[in-house]
Amino acid sequence: MKKSKISLVILGLVLAFLYIPIVLVVVYGFIPNGITMSFFDSNGAFIGFTAKWYERIFTGASSVQPLVDSFWLSLTIAGLATLGSCVLGTTAALALHRYRSRIQTIHHALVYTPLIMPDILIGISLLMLFVAVRVDCGFATILIAHITFCVSYVVMTLLARLQDFDDRLVEAARDLGAGPLYTFFHVELPILMPGIVAGGLLAFTLSIDDVVITSFVNGAGTNTFPTYVSSMTKHSRNLPAVFALSTLMLVFTCALVGVAKLLTRRQQSLNTNKGK
Amino acid sequence: MSDSPMRTSRSEWGLTTPSFVWLLVFFAIPAVIVFLFTFHARTPEGGVGPWSFQTWRELVDPDYPAIVWKTLRVSFKVTLWSILLALPCAYAIARMEKRWRAIVAGAIMLPFWTSFVVRVFAWKTMLHPDGWLQTCYHAYLHFKMWVCAWFSAPPPAVSNPGGCLLGLSYCPVDNATTTILDSEAAVVLVSVYTFLPFAIMPIYTAAEKFDFSLMEAARDLGAKSFYAFRKIFIPGIRQGIVSAVLMVFIPAIGSYVIPQMVGGTSCILIGNKIFDRAMANRNIPHASALSVLMAVSVLVPIAVVIWWRARQNARDRKRLEAETTRMMTSVATAGGVA
Repeated sequence: MKKSKISLVILGLVLAFLYIPIVLVVVYGFIPNGITMSFFDSNGAFIGFTAKWYERIFTGASSVQPLVDSFWLSLTIAGLATLGSCVLGTTAALALHRYRSRIQTIHHALVYTPLIMPDILIGISLLMLFVAVRVDCGFATILIAHITFCVSYVVMTLLARLQDFDDRLVEAARDLGAGPLYTFFHVELPILMPGIVAGGLLAFTLSIDDVVITSFVNGAGTNTFPTYVSSMTKHSRNLPAVFALSTLMLVFTCALVGVAKLLTRRQQSLNTNKGK
Repeated sequence: MSDSPMRTSRSEWGLTTPSFVWLLVFFAIPAVIVFLFTFHARTPEGGVGPWSFQTWRELVDPDYPAIVWKTLRVSFKVTLWSILLALPCAYAIARMEKRWRAIVAGAIMLPFWTSFVVRVFAWKTMLHPDGWLQTCYHAYLHFKMWVCAWFSAPPPAVSNPGGCLLGLSYCPVDNATTTILDSEAAVVLVSVYTFLPFAIMPIYTAAEKFDFSLMEAARDLGAKSFYAFRKIFIPGIRQGIVSAVLMVFIPAIGSYVIPQMVGGTSCILIGNKIFDRAMANRNIPHASALSVLMAVSVLVPIAVVIWWRARQNARDRKRLEAETTRMMTSVATAGGVA
């Protein structure tokens, strides 16, 4: 059958559109002049590529130190937010999956409404809460905000997973005399683990990338990587360092995903072999 | 489960309480606080004063309705462009072999592994007056002028850049002042870039389940490709399109980083106003009132969609079948006449 050429052409153009900025991020990391953001000097002559931004990041030069610090802060917050939202998300998903009561209806609404609210509304309402109870914004408020918006995504991922869950396994364990906690840790948790990992990855990505909510609750002086970058964009001489660090992150994530793909593939082939 | 009701209820409480309390304290209660703050006056120190309707009276300040309108218009443009681009993409991916589908779908999501702020910032650099896109844009404007002169049409009046539906409008080319950066067009462009994958994914998911033999049947009966695309494919993936519209429209309404970074002073949306009122001039009642307006403009389309879905789900399948049959009969008759 004849395939539509036009749609393929549009797809190609869209992919190019999506990748132009990514390519530029990588290229801009090698820009020699951080003020003009140009590969050319004032006479229009080509100066060439430089690796000095990478060097500065790795040697911890003082000019890029705040950037690197903000990056570590982002990683810390994302890690803790992932942990917190996975714990809250798992219990919430189990409750929503198992019980059908009026409380669960409200619970369900509480979990799903943050998903449809624009980030900025979550940010401003948390700011209002912290203003109302007179809490100073900082690390703790950022963490609270991140856990709050990540929980819903973890629950959503897990509930999709729980649809295929065989509830008879829990019943069987309980009939054989296992207590509820034992059943949870030895039956449900291992089965749900892939779902929790997927939800956790989503939470981590959202948390490390969030700028809107963070910029409301970070207070003065506490900057995550995204808020630091957006504050840098006005006037900074070190912009190529941002792009260099982003390139490193991109390479690292791609490698991580590649390894994860390989591991799951090997696991799958092991499982099929076992099955035979 | 073989538990006594008492025990079940205890484990239900145990599982429900942590997330319930957390979201109550950090999501529901703050939302109520925002709503209550709109009924307060502000204090000169930037705090919240006594009860008053002052804030709601001040909302008719001619600035605010214009900003709400502009936000809705920009979000509408972004949604329209995203869906128009996403439809052929999702169609193309869904028609590929299974192996390729996973790869291309992955390739569409891959840009998300770079920080959002950094990507927007890369756009800002590209759109900068010295950037290469600016050169392309000028070339395009000159070309438009030339075409206009060719047909000796009177040059259209210069008014609001970015006023027409597609985001680019007609202006005489002045290299110094005509820039893409700091305009509504730039905001639309970068927003479409950011939200496009969110539009492609739900449409693609729906398209993957779509039975393409229906289209082959239509074509066998003599329908043109585009006719089949419009009359069978699009109604068939309606649900996916609706999801995509919501996935783009909601974040577009709430966006504030993109207008702030590439819109400059010429594209201030509700999000920017909320941020300014809350952080820069410390007018918390105004920030709250604008947030309530934003929440309403998000909740209304969602309520409409929920109502529509509930109505559609009941007779969706039946209707699709009926429509397809009708369409095929008419195509077959037309083919017979020809």
